[in-house]
Amino acid sequence: MSTKVFERTKGLTKKPFHYCPGCTHGIIHRLVGEVLEELGVLGKAIGVAPVGCSVFAYDYFNCDMHEAAHGRAPAVATGIKRVHPDSVVFTYQGDGDLASIGTAEIVHAAHRGEKITTIFVNNAIYGMTGGQMAPTTLIGQKATTAPLGRDEAHTGKPLKVSEMLSTIDGAKFVERVSVHNAANIRKAKKAIKKAFEVQLAGEGFGIVEVLSTCPTNWGMTPTESLKWLEENMIPYYPLGNFRTPEEVK
Amino acid sequence: MAKAKGKVIFKEDLCKGCELCTTACPVNIVVMDKDRINIKGYHPATVKEMDKCIGCGNCATICPDVVIEVERKIEK
Repeated sequence: MSTKVFERTKGLTKKPFHYCPGCTHGIIHRLVGEVLEELGVLGKAIGVAPVGCSVFAYDYFNCDMHEAAHGRAPAVATGIKRVHPDSVVFTYQGDGDLASIGTAEIVHAAHRGEKITTIFVNNAIYGMTGGQMAPTTLIGQKATTAPLGRDEAHTGKPLKVSEMLSTIDGAKFVERVSVHNAANIRKAKKAIKKAFEVQLAGEGFGIVEVLSTCPTNWGMTPTESLKWLEENMIPYYPLGNFRTPEEVK
Repeated sequence: MAKAKGKVIFKEDLCKGCELCTTACPVNIVVMDKDRINIKGYHPATVKEMDKCIGCGNCATICPDVVIEVERKIEK
């Protein structure tokens, strides 16, 4: 008697992802879908899609979805959650969306303690527009707008969003995870699940920062990208939990 | 001793040939099929020595395009 240990989650639609080969967006979409399915909240989940590579996220999640203007997903999610307090509301945002144009929205959504969950995909570059420098681009990392590599004297150091948000009282759950190997993908899923549990318990704002790759704009193969993430991003963006309420520990 | 036997099923036409599954397999049996091309134009991932599979699910866990399904049975 054989048992299925892995199959496509009901949290995703049947539509194939449009992402480049090896892009970790697909992994993170799947984790969110699996968590929504396991928590049994697919029927009352409402997601807010960002602008960026994951702009078509509304086609992939098997729940109600809404599109927001660039960076404004937390503001739209605030409105949805306040009108439908019984729903489970999440935003799915990239680093160009959340850490650059949407900084005000994410900081104040956390500051007001909005009972929403944010999945923040940090791949240290603008993917959809062709590899421009993002606030999260590492020092020395090449981008089309930083052809010689990011220069600290000119553009400062990369923004550590999880550390910043963990200083805000309203942000009840803040964790940074990575998806560079199977063990870390399983840890990432646990963190995403906890972030949703914080929302279900009515605690406040929860965010999971997921370190991700962009093989196309980094100019590497998918396997090289995962190695680059492990060797370069994790030392600057340390993994771990920054904040958890007692109830979900 | 009970031994876990696995079976992986590839939905080949979803595969984009990124090769991440080949790096995640602990018994190194997932390979890219260089003899075939799928509907997207990539060499799809496949397993030729299925009897070595332990059904750990690592390949499916790392696959960004949900190509892989995993079954496991315990043999006594």
